[in-house]
Amino acid sequence: MSELVVQVEHLRKEFNGTVAVEDVSFTVRRGEIVGLLGANGAGKTTTIQVLLGLTTLTRGTVRVFGQDFERHRVEILQRCNFSSAYTALPANLKVWENLLVFAKLYQVRDHRTRTDELLRLFEIAHLRKKITGHLSSGESTRVNLCKALLNEPELLLLDEPTASLDPNIADKVRKILRRIQRERGITMIYTSHNMRDVEEVCDRVLFLHQGRIIAEGTPQEVIAKFNQKSLEEVFITVARSGDLLATEEAR
Amino acid sequence: MNGARIRALVLRYTFLYTRSIPRVAELFFWPIMDLFVWGYVTLYLQRLYSNQQTSPAGMGVITFLLGAMIFWDILYRAQQGTTLAFLEDIWARNLLNIFVAPIRISEFIVATYLVSLVRIMITVSVLVALAWFLYSFNLFTLGFSLIPLFVNLLLMGWAMGMVTTGLIMRWGQASEALAWGVPFLVQPLAAVFYPVDVLPVWIQPVAWVIPATHVFEGMRAVLRGDGLPVHHLVWALALNAIYLVAAAWYLRFMYQSAREKGLLAKLGTQ
Repeated sequence: MSELVVQVEHLRKEFNGTVAVEDVSFTVRRGEIVGLLGANGAGKTTTIQVLLGLTTLTRGTVRVFGQDFERHRVEILQRCNFSSAYTALPANLKVWENLLVFAKLYQVRDHRTRTDELLRLFEIAHLRKKITGHLSSGESTRVNLCKALLNEPELLLLDEPTASLDPNIADKVRKILRRIQRERGITMIYTSHNMRDVEEVCDRVLFLHQGRIIAEGTPQEVIAKFNQKSLEEVFITVARSGDLLATEEAR
Repeated sequence: MNGARIRALVLRYTFLYTRSIPRVAELFFWPIMDLFVWGYVTLYLQRLYSNQQTSPAGMGVITFLLGAMIFWDILYRAQQGTTLAFLEDIWARNLLNIFVAPIRISEFIVATYLVSLVRIMITVSVLVALAWFLYSFNLFTLGFSLIPLFVNLLLMGWAMGMVTTGLIMRWGQASEALAWGVPFLVQPLAAVFYPVDVLPVWIQPVAWVIPATHVFEGMRAVLRGDGLPVHHLVWALALNAIYLVAAAWYLRFMYQSAREKGLLAKLGTQ
């Protein structure tokens, strides 16, 4: 049985009395790509933030690589990375400068070779000397993904990584992520509102609704469970009648 | 604390400041404008003293203004160095990338200290050269006293920078104006341009618990030729030690509070 990379048990997070995540428990095995799905406000982003240490938890435990996150934050983050459509790299730095800073922050050995390799992988080697602020959103997203892979993370958290990409580039990015996962066994936690992304990339999905997990399994299992034709239909069903489903799940 | 990570952050700020013309200009523009204003006010007051045939000692007193202006800039920039580095990451929407990297808050702060020190050295060098060239004011007449006075201003600026950063972390971009405003809250009481005894008696005890007050009083004593009063130096150092510890604790508290309330993530994606 492969090693558990992430173990979340009975996670609860409250913000000023409002419950964002309630009794969420799940595990992620090494090399798995797990999708966190749900409508806006379902609790996916809060869960990711807790896993990255950006937000503390109210109750429960989070263990990453078998270690308690709060006690071993720096050691754990050294082996993780993150990319989000909602963050950016400093706009007035050149692409290579931004990547150099993060390579040094993560203490990447032979960072020059690693950076060149990643820029080629995402087909943006020609942007190396460009000012980051002058890139298109698709190019910026790919530079962000290069940053996220610089330290060869064992756990990669991706928050809507293809949100600003055109279908062609999004398809390429999905294939690259799949390839990296196959070749290097990287574990990924992936959030997206693009269900095609999720079906193509994720081994397993967790459906969240109002802070609780209401369905879990492979995309095919979840589609079958809800008696729908695609994850998109499941998503819409959950978003529109999630309360009912959550009650049934609880029974 | 990890030196490699601190060096990486320093490199990031070096790229940032050298890549931006407005940021380079900001290093020089406002301090030079201040120097012009205070320099010419000084010249005007010197002329008034000369017309009234006041003693040469009185004329010397007026040069305090130029020294005070340059010293004030050290304090102001030390505070700004820490706070603006944090704001830069918010403005660039890079804060999350920084805070999910394996860095400790202490490493982040030390990096901003180092960057602010370099920025101060650059600005002060230019101001000292210009003050000598335009007004024949030589800051180095302070001799070795310059070093402890400089260090104390730096320490107080860093402590204020940590408090301001903590406030922005907790209250968000709405409190951004504090980055520029906080030093001016202490300026009237820190006796920058006038001695403490000018202040109303009832407020003087408050002035004396500000480390900068002791620095500016010390500077005036040295410029008068009285030498550096050791008691001012000891007070400034002791107060700075207390404030630095308190500010570090406060920043840590605000960082934890921001994590509990999910504010770091909000700040990073605004």
